[in-house]
Amino acid sequence: MSNRTIIPFGPQHPVLPEPIHLDLVVEDERVIEAIPSFGFIHRGLERLVEKKDFQEFTFVAERVCGICSFIHGMGYCQAVERVMGITLPPRADYLRTFWAELSRIHSHLLWMGLVADAFGFENLFMNSWRIRENILDIVEETTGGRVIFGAAKIGGTRRDVTNDKLKEIGRTLKTIEAELHAITDVFEQDYSVQQRLRGIGILSREDAFDLGAVGPTLRGSGEPMDARCEGYAAYRDIEVEPIVESDCDSYARCMVRIREIYQSFDIIRQVLCRMPDGETEIKVKGYPNGEHFARLEQPRGEVLYYVKGNGTKHLDRFRVRTPTFANIPPLLKMLQGCDLPDVPVIVLTIDPCISCAER
Amino acid sequence: METPQEIVTIASSDLLAKVQEQKDAGHRLVQICATTLEQLELSYSFMGKEGITHLRLLLPRDQPSLPSITDIYFGAFAYENEMHDLFGIDIRDIRVDYKGKFYKISEPAPFNAGCLIPTRKQPS
Amino acid sequence: MKMTYVALKSLFSSPATANYPAEPKTYYPGTRGHIVLEVSTCTLCKICEIRCPTGAIQVDREGKAWSIERMKCIQCGFCVDSCPRKCLSNDPQYTSPASEKITDRLDVPYEPPKRKPKPETPPA
Ligand code: SF4
Ligand code: SF4
Repeated sequence: MSNRTIIPFGPQHPVLPEPIHLDLVVEDERVIEAIPSFGFIHRGLERLVEKKDFQEFTFVAERVCGICSFIHGMGYCQAVERVMGITLPPRADYLRTFWAELSRIHSHLLWMGLVADAFGFENLFMNSWRIRENILDIVEETTGGRVIFGAAKIGGTRRDVTNDKLKEIGRTLKTIEAELHAITDVFEQDYSVQQRLRGIGILSREDAFDLGAVGPTLRGSGEPMDARCEGYAAYRDIEVEPIVESDCDSYARCMVRIREIYQSFDIIRQVLCRMPDGETEIKVKGYPNGEHFARLEQPRGEVLYYVKGNGTKHLDRFRVRTPTFANIPPLLKMLQGCDLPDVPVIVLTIDPCISCAER
Repeated sequence: METPQEIVTIASSDLLAKVQEQKDAGHRLVQICATTLEQLELSYSFMGKEGITHLRLLLPRDQPSLPSITDIYFGAFAYENEMHDLFGIDIRDIRVDYKGKFYKISEPAPFNAGCLIPTRKQPS
Repeated sequence: MKMTYVALKSLFSSPATANYPAEPKTYYPGTRGHIVLEVSTCTLCKICEIRCPTGAIQVDREGKAWSIERMKCIQCGFCVDSCPRKCLSNDPQYTSPASEKITDRLDVPYEPPKRKPKPETPPA
């Protein structure tokens, strides 16, 4: 009988800026089991829908998370629009896709920085965030907010971007993409990065699927599932091939995210080429009555919005199942049998956003 | 193209059998959610290649109770603990049972309480 | 090896950050900073007060004043969108930090039009 110790990890931890607490059962240096506990910051946003009317609630929905904020707002609007039977003007769909992909790029860049920080590569961390800043500038210029875009509304978008501006952004993105290659090459080839990521946090394809993993966590285990294939917004015209890696380890999840950044650049290029002219919003009349589950792809994975209206201006129920919530059971599986110093890196490879899991 | 969705109403007593059917068909558990209306309305969503199925069941608001599906889908423990804490649904035999400590909230079952806006029109 | 290139490049290039207090930040024209009211066109109709999701705006018809709690406002711009007279706008400059919650109260010189006295007898 060897010695078992329980090491508490979080909710305050130098490399984990997220309020999750893990009780790690360790035997020597090896983690046998991890028991999570969270709920430190539950905000009850879902219930707030009974107080705010359905149009105001877009702003609340957007503040579920600080990183994938735009897609939260967009998903909520999309669910309400489906309930009300609204079809958006094509330009609104394209603009939404444009912002959604920008937010995916900035979220993945943020993640790259955080994971570099977790394995102690400060220079890489700073460089990833420097590039992210350029993306945020584009966001601020087009929507007026750096992190909370505030650009989606029920029935369209709140802002329009002129075609000249879009052309200019297309050129800026090209230079950003060229600069980014230098950073992602480091992730792909650097010896120390490989040492810290390869072969740790293994999640087999069967486990990932059974435990309900979503997003890059699932695709890193070789399962091609991407909610963008649903064809919402402009993805109905733009083909999205799910990015899959089959190594099932932390490195595979990292590579999925890096390749997704380039895929997003590609999608933005197509969106800018095909951007239709016309209206960006339509007038919304009446109140939602009915229910709908909307499924979208966030940087962290599939997200599900459930909206139930009752024909008044207050909805009965708004529910969001955030990707991190679905990725917690797979995380526990990954942590079994890993070494104690790898725990922070493994926790980061699911790109946790605990605040968003606790609406 | 969009994945078709369907809502299937089931009785709460056949929950385990229906969930086992989904598992045998190789479907993935997407989410579990509860809604407070006159009764509690639960949706268990599963997704397969053919589409998304939402199993819908109704429970009384007073002392609701259900068996856990964590023996079939282990990943359901998070949703079930959430429903226990927010809606006060007594879910029996969860594999990882937090016994009401999943969310650190100050009052029990806040989402099952009365409507926040008393004057609001109730759905007919 | 790759990293050496990146590191050396940043060693010889100019800093990516700005020398902030000395060099003021330039905002984009569309940035949602703080809310400004054009007092001369406001009609004290209270629409912005009703629409504001956080309840930051207070319109006082009797006292002829429009006030905003700066620290409560989330710069969403919903009031700007909904004002029928287009007298609200987003200024790119952020609200400056303060050690207490400030409320800005602006006097509005609006005179409501005098109601025409009702005719004594309905027109035939
Ligand atoms: S600012 Fe606009 S919406 Fe607000 S009271 Fe004045 S006129 Fe009405
Ligand atoms: S910007 Fe939003 S929060 Fe601020 S006063 Fe206007 S409506 Fe209210």
